[in-house]
Amino acid sequence: MIEFERVCKRFGDFVAVDDLSLRLADGEFTVLIGQSGSGKSTTLKMINRLVPHDSGRILFAGKEINGFREEDLRRRMGYAIQSIGLFPHWTVARNIATVPALLKWPKARITSRVEELLQLLGLDPAGFAHRYPHQLSGGQQQRVGVARALAADPEVLLMDEPFGALDPVTRSALQAEIARIHQVSGKAIVLVTHDIDEALLLADRIVMLDQGRVVQDGTPRQILLEPASDSVTRFVGRSEVGLKLLGLDQVHSRMRAPISASAEGISRSATLREALSALIASHAEQLPVLDEHGQTVGSIHVADLLDVTR
Amino acid sequence: MQVWQAGLIKNRVLLVLWLAGALSAALLPLLTHAPNRLVTGKGISFAAVLSGWHGLVLIPALVLAIAPFCRKHPLRDGIVLLACACWLSGLLALAGHEAQQLALTDSSYSRTSFGGGAWILWGLGWLAAADALGQLKLGPRNTVLVALAVLAPGIGLLFSGQLSALSVLKEYANRRDVFDAALSRHLEIVSATLVPTLLIGVPLGVITFRRTWLRGPVFSVLNLIQTIPSIALFGLLLAPLAALATHVPLLAQWGISGIGVTPAVIALTLYSLLPMARGTAAGLAQVPAAAVEAARGMGMSPRQIFWQVEVPLALPVLLSGLRITTVQAIGLTTVAALIGAGGFGAIMFQGLLSSALDLVLLGAIPVIALAIAADALFKLLGSVLGERGQ
Repeated sequence: MIEFERVCKRFGDFVAVDDLSLRLADGEFTVLIGQSGSGKSTTLKMINRLVPHDSGRILFAGKEINGFREEDLRRRMGYAIQSIGLFPHWTVARNIATVPALLKWPKARITSRVEELLQLLGLDPAGFAHRYPHQLSGGQQQRVGVARALAADPEVLLMDEPFGALDPVTRSALQAEIARIHQVSGKAIVLVTHDIDEALLLADRIVMLDQGRVVQDGTPRQILLEPASDSVTRFVGRSEVGLKLLGLDQVHSRMRAPISASAEGISRSATLREALSALIASHAEQLPVLDEHGQTVGSIHVADLLDVTR
Repeated sequence: MQVWQAGLIKNRVLLVLWLAGALSAALLPLLTHAPNRLVTGKGISFAAVLSGWHGLVLIPALVLAIAPFCRKHPLRDGIVLLACACWLSGLLALAGHEAQQLALTDSSYSRTSFGGGAWILWGLGWLAAADALGQLKLGPRNTVLVALAVLAPGIGLLFSGQLSALSVLKEYANRRDVFDAALSRHLEIVSATLVPTLLIGVPLGVITFRRTWLRGPVFSVLNLIQTIPSIALFGLLLAPLAALATHVPLLAQWGISGIGVTPAVIALTLYSLLPMARGTAAGLAQVPAAAVEAARGMGMSPRQIFWQVEVPLALPVLLSGLRITTVQAIGLTTVAALIGAGGFGAIMFQGLLSSALDLVLLGAIPVIALAIAADALFKLLGSVLGERGQ
């Protein structure tokens, strides 16, 4: 879908991206992570040519991106940014309709698409379509921002620290939302962040950058278990690797037969990390596991949490 | 002291205005009356004109005296506004009627003019109305509309003929043709200035916004022009334009010469470029950078970004540049009368040269009215546009 071949980018003397080769697959959720100045944002912006690359080739759908008309290329890619950038003089509906309108979709199709997207992002169409951005909270604005990026059904969704400016509660709600959207749409998503927990939560694949180079490229589990260098270990946080590993799996993956315990149960879709926390808090060796309807479907035992490499 | 401490006074501004009004009504003449327009008249006090129905004007004055002691409430401010409207128009009606009475007993050369007291009482009445308007916090659009409603009865009186015995309006009656010609010439010059101002000033603002290195040089040149006194600029333009007209007869045929409307419009345009270009650049600068980045990232072309995002978001600030430009041009056009451009300035200078104060007022009042009207109009327009978005 998107391929970098020996791509370089300099700003004056500063080398932002250094000989980058990368292949992003169809339908994959890729997270570009690194400290500020690592070249992660530049890498993202080179994909839609907001930043032109100096050398090497970037291919989109098999074709060098400089071979596209700039506007056409961008209209095939959704784009959401930390500062959101909704148009303050347009209603929510018109904001979302930006790219469909540029593509000259018929009116009826735009209207129904806007409604569909508002529902997808958990915003009531009747209540929100005709509001102006300043009448929304930060979280609602970013929901609209994501809806706008998805509007014309782009082939890939590019997100530059989209949740960085939100409060923790709103952020995790939107993270869950974007994970769900990735699941139902199967769209390729490239997300830039400096937050390792966000990366571990969302990514199929994490590309860690440092000084414009890839220092590690792998699944969240590989990043945690087989860090390629000390800098990766430092970035992930040495002391919490175990807990972060537990955070990658859900309770149902380690479930045993049901027990008859009086203790409060835990949801089967909770992470193992949450299960450990619940076990410690309730001074128990095992807890009943509940399904969505609150029915006991099994149990989780503290001993089963220890083998994180399984 | 007791009164202040007890918190009896709820609106000190209004009380101070009222006391100042009472003082000037007692001490200053409301009207002056003279046998002809060249001699100084003798004063007629406020108390002397309160006979008959004229006494009714004390009702709004009484209301305004009570209002400072009433609790802050929209109703209070509404009543204050109503009282101000009655006061402003009542004072006018009273002055007009008094002038009529005096005209009956005197020769047709006699002049009844407003005295210092009348100007101050109107001024204070208007300030009281402005204070009440401010308290009501109605938003820009409704504020302008209510202010117009307060002024409406007075304006109505002006056009009803009730005031025709007053000196200023006598001057108007004697010079109706001159006045109408001055009005249309004044407006012509102002609108002729606005066209090139928009055509040059807006692109100049856009260019200085896009090319940062141009900002310094362009604005220092425009600033320099702004510091040249208007008379001097007219003088500077005189020689080159006259020479141009002599050497290119076609231009002379088009009416271009060293004096008259052409140099006036050129000079006014030069003055207008700074506020216009600066307003445009400032308007574009306050467009959120994130909105522009998002627009680019979603595949809007530079032209689409300009017209669909930057222009609408810059428009309120750009309009305020245009407002300043227009108000400034209305004022400066007065001076252009000195180089034979006509307009209300011609009437004012004629009055000044023949020391006829009423003639000066006949020129000055419409200029002030035009400037205030233009200011209100653009503010209204700006608020209507600004209501969407931010």
